[in-house]
Amino acid sequence: MKKSFAYPYGVWMVIFILAPILLVGVYAFTSGDGHFTLHNFTYLPGYLPVFGRSFWLALISTAVCLLLGYPMAYIMSQLSASRQSLCMMLIMLPMWMNFLLRTYAWMSILENNGFLNQFFRQIGLISFLQTQFAYPLDYIPLINTSGAVVLGMVYNFLPFMVLPIYTVLIKLDSKLIEAAQDLGAPTHLVFRRVIFPLSLPGVISGITMVFVPSVSTFVISQMLGSGKYLLVGDLIDLQFMGGAYNPHLGSAIALVMMLLIFLCMWVMNKFDDGTSEQGGLML
Amino acid sequence: MKKFLKDFYLLLIFLFLYAPIVVLMVFSFNNSKSRRLWHGFTTRWYIELFQDADILHSLYVTLLVAILAAALATLIGTAAAIGIHNMRRRTRSVYLAVNNIPMSSSDTIMGVTFMLLFAALHLDKGYLTLLLSHVTFCVPYVVLNVMPKLRQLDRNAYEAALDLGATPYQALWKVILPEIRPGIVTGAIMAFTMSVDDFVVSYFTAGTTSQPLSVVIYSMTRHRMTPKINAVSTILFLFVLVLLIVINMRQVRDEKRRQAQKGGRT
Repeated sequence: MKKSFAYPYGVWMVIFILAPILLVGVYAFTSGDGHFTLHNFTYLPGYLPVFGRSFWLALISTAVCLLLGYPMAYIMSQLSASRQSLCMMLIMLPMWMNFLLRTYAWMSILENNGFLNQFFRQIGLISFLQTQFAYPLDYIPLINTSGAVVLGMVYNFLPFMVLPIYTVLIKLDSKLIEAAQDLGAPTHLVFRRVIFPLSLPGVISGITMVFVPSVSTFVISQMLGSGKYLLVGDLIDLQFMGGAYNPHLGSAIALVMMLLIFLCMWVMNKFDDGTSEQGGLML
Repeated sequence: MKKFLKDFYLLLIFLFLYAPIVVLMVFSFNNSKSRRLWHGFTTRWYIELFQDADILHSLYVTLLVAILAAALATLIGTAAAIGIHNMRRRTRSVYLAVNNIPMSSSDTIMGVTFMLLFAALHLDKGYLTLLLSHVTFCVPYVVLNVMPKLRQLDRNAYEAALDLGATPYQALWKVILPEIRPGIVTGAIMAFTMSVDDFVVSYFTAGTTSQPLSVVIYSMTRHRMTPKINAVSTILFLFVLVLLIVINMRQVRDEKRRQAQKGGRT
């Protein structure tokens, strides 16, 4: 078994992973004619609200994913083997329906005349609100709110929270749990003192895998927020593919974004005790 | 009671995950272009789909790139995992750290960095750029699925094979690969899934004549959506569903056989 087997991939990583990141740095610090400049960064303070909004919405989505996903992973880990693999399959399967289409379908559900509002009308919720509380609209505004953007993020990234936590939970040594029970710990204490701390590596990689795509998404906000909630991802998209074409400014934004994400993950990993060698990024 | 609550919770989450998919599938049979009003049942979108050269071409691009990317990624990733496994701790952690970058960095930023790279290399956006970028984000999944299997491997088995006169190549082929095959297969399936599901990276790296389905769908969501897209997605989805059920059934069968063997031996 040879080390040299990894060399082709080593070359590949240098060309396709490291060099591109370096290029972003080069673009961020140069102007259109190739001279060194810090000019691109002078625009950034103006985008502070966008950065703030992106991180805030991503934070909420990550929290919601954790609250929904942890119980899910926990319940799954206790099922019989065949039902576990069924659940795994059911979680992976939606990824086979294009995520743009699934998000697009949420538009039909959330619109002012969408399925949810039709449902609210059917059960008389809207007329109840109108007569009892003088509610002025004949629908409940769901789409084009920041809530809809968060829903889109949670919907798309929830599996990335469930899977790593589940992976850690099924590998837990059941003897530890039994030992805690034998020593008289009640169920909630077993969970709080034994199961949860041991599942932290999964929780941390779950948080990372939800937070990173949430903070830099650019399609969800366009579709479910109708562009009202401009996020950093939209900003980058505009500079590279949109009308505001300026890859140098785009690179500056991307570079700052990378550094901020890196910082967040570094802080996150401080919570981990650092024993897991794989970096905890197992799917 | 507690069991009921747990099942109910799972049911709610799956309802949440599958509600939009059901909407999409149902409206692929809607006799109108409306995406929320039902105008009666029709299969015309399925018929028109097979006359729509653009959509069929994008489906072809998606599948071609996914197959090639998954195959290449599996080859590179498996070799890399074997190599990395035999490295000293220091080099290994450097390799794994860089390997983790595509998985832990955002799609948007990755797409942008690829775009800059291909511009610097004077590569026009097209099949090649699409394939190269897909391979790059697929390999890490293969590496991370094969590595644990290598760790479980008995080191002596390889040396025993050599002692018994196998060439290193034979030992690799006959001893190591069969042992790590489950990891390779999972990695390959994951790579294929990631490639098919990808939109963001493709958006930044595909050329105008090599747009995969996801990029075509994106431009449609901004202009004019046709239920033909619902139809093609429904077909793809059902195809994968059947495939997964078959794989799942085979796994269950293998499991049973293995247990029966074990039972016979003791």
